[in-house]
Amino acid sequence: MKVQTIFSMPSPYRDDFRIKAYTFGEGEKTLCIVGSMRGDEMQQQFVASRMVNILKQAEEQSLIPCGVSISVIPSVNPSSINIEKRFWALDGTDINRMFPGYDQGETTQRIAAGVFEFIKDFRFGIQLASYYLPGNFLPHIHMIRTGFEDVDDARLFGLPYVVVSDPKPFDTVLLNYNWQIWETQAFSLYAGTTDVIDHDMADVTLDAICRFMHQKCMTTAPLRQPAGSFSEKEVSTINQAEMIDIKAPHAGLFLLNHTVGQPFKAGDTLARIIHPYEGFEICSIVAPTDGMLFFARNKSITFQNTLLFRIIR
Amino acid sequence: MIQNVTSLEMPVDEEFRIVKNHITRGKGKRICIVTGTHGDELEGQYVCYLIAKMVSENKQHLTGTVDIYPALNPLGIDTMQRGVPAFDLDMNRIFPGDSRGSMIEKVAHDIYTDLSGADMVIDIHASNIFLREIPQVRISEMTAPTLVPSAQKMGIDFIWVHQAATVLESTLAHALNSTGTPCLVAEMGVGGRISHSMCQHLVDGIQNLMHSMGIWDEAPSPEKIGESIVCEGADTVSFINAQTSGIFITEIHNDMMVREGQSIGQIIEPLTGKVLSNVLSPCDGLLFTIRAYPVVYEGSLLGRIFRGQPQSSKQQN
Repeated sequence: MKVQTIFSMPSPYRDDFRIKAYTFGEGEKTLCIVGSMRGDEMQQQFVASRMVNILKQAEEQSLIPCGVSISVIPSVNPSSINIEKRFWALDGTDINRMFPGYDQGETTQRIAAGVFEFIKDFRFGIQLASYYLPGNFLPHIHMIRTGFEDVDDARLFGLPYVVVSDPKPFDTVLLNYNWQIWETQAFSLYAGTTDVIDHDMADVTLDAICRFMHQKCMTTAPLRQPAGSFSEKEVSTINQAEMIDIKAPHAGLFLLNHTVGQPFKAGDTLARIIHPYEGFEICSIVAPTDGMLFFARNKSITFQNTLLFRIIR
Repeated sequence: MIQNVTSLEMPVDEEFRIVKNHITRGKGKRICIVTGTHGDELEGQYVCYLIAKMVSENKQHLTGTVDIYPALNPLGIDTMQRGVPAFDLDMNRIFPGDSRGSMIEKVAHDIYTDLSGADMVIDIHASNIFLREIPQVRISEMTAPTLVPSAQKMGIDFIWVHQAATVLESTLAHALNSTGTPCLVAEMGVGGRISHSMCQHLVDGIQNLMHSMGIWDEAPSPEKIGESIVCEGADTVSFINAQTSGIFITEIHNDMMVREGQSIGQIIEPLTGKVLSNVLSPCDGLLFTIRAYPVVYEGSLLGRIFRGQPQSSKQQN
């Protein structure tokens, strides 16, 4: 295991800001895994740290073949994690909206440039990503349609769903988009939760990464024995635009009846919205079709018109 | 007349509302004054007040419609937060919004729809709390041929025609300009503060623009409307970024001519009493941006210089 500081910068009053990479094996830059990018990505930090541990053991057991090099960057933003702020704390900018970065630009552009310089030549890239809305997902692979995306390879993770979406203007500054443009096969892997650690979903995520590595001959044996995964033919590719979004018809206290991954029938009550002063039920959220929750809001209150669920039929 | 642009319920006994003051007389053109997209930018609040006061107290001069939108991000302004509280989103990165989208996308859509079709939209920003700016209008290269003449009518100090970045396609100005509603973006001052003189200067400019559009039948006195410096073309603006982290100290102000090699300030270390970095001007030109917030990291923007010809109205240091 080789530990490198790939970017550092003095802080006016705090300890130096450092981004570290852990590299296993030697040879072609084969796979890079990027962990937390924002200060609230605890699940992503947890998965990345466990991945370092798994790869350390794999290297000790000589399970990484000659010519393969795998790097993990557990956190791109330890400075924000340590003070529990989602974005770069001084100016509120988001490192994940600064790629490919600019080494003569502003602070977070420089951080992005420093990271990108290290990660841009890898053959495969996995970002442990999070969504801007608070909620839980089914673990899945998300790919922005750039013309370079390889959905067939995404199936090798063995997760039940691969979601593809068309890029919006603000997507063009994301790591995933730029990784693809620079010819790395990039995958955004959603590990279920963001600001809380979920062991089961973390295990599913680790199983998926290990399966992908083995399928792509980055390891000579499976590094984990997953409880269950999907064959390539069983993996469904979904266009994000085809999922059903359910929004809150009213604001209030939000009580969830179902969890992500749980199947339901048309007419089932998925959630209830309660009057915050008088305790009566303002409305219930009823499933419009048979299906499964792909995304569910996990906050205890909701605004009117807020996205509550994303459903797969 | 105060009108709702959009409204929706908040969780506990509160309604989220975006309102406008709709003042109309006659069937002339419509100008919209919008601000408060970023909750830490307050200069536009005073501009809205002055415009609303001018129009409502002198309605006999109005020959069209003035719509005033003081707060596109009311939660942010109320809580001194740049983005939209509870959503951690930059309001100016989600336009034109989506009528079927989530709450904040729907709000953006309703704002965009309400503004669409206006004859002119002035989107007033201040700088953030980190930088101090001279009054300026920013225009993307693509829209420069149609918008620069309108900006010049405002007599604003500085017109910056910049290259379009893809990410800026999510701004209100781009959403409007790309669908046929002209929108000028004004920037001035510093976040969290109000400069009375800059605001009055911008109001004079807006009045002149309204007069030229036939919305207001009285022009401001000519001495209030100056000539604008137009900055366009690649490499006409030099950026000064911090070479080290520390505390930035400066004795100079923006809106002045500087010479190559001239001191802009220093980055110092309070613990040791050392100067970590001397900040020098990389070129001759007009310093139109200067850092206002002293704490800097490597890369923090300290200043911007227009490398154009010195103007007689600007003082040499």
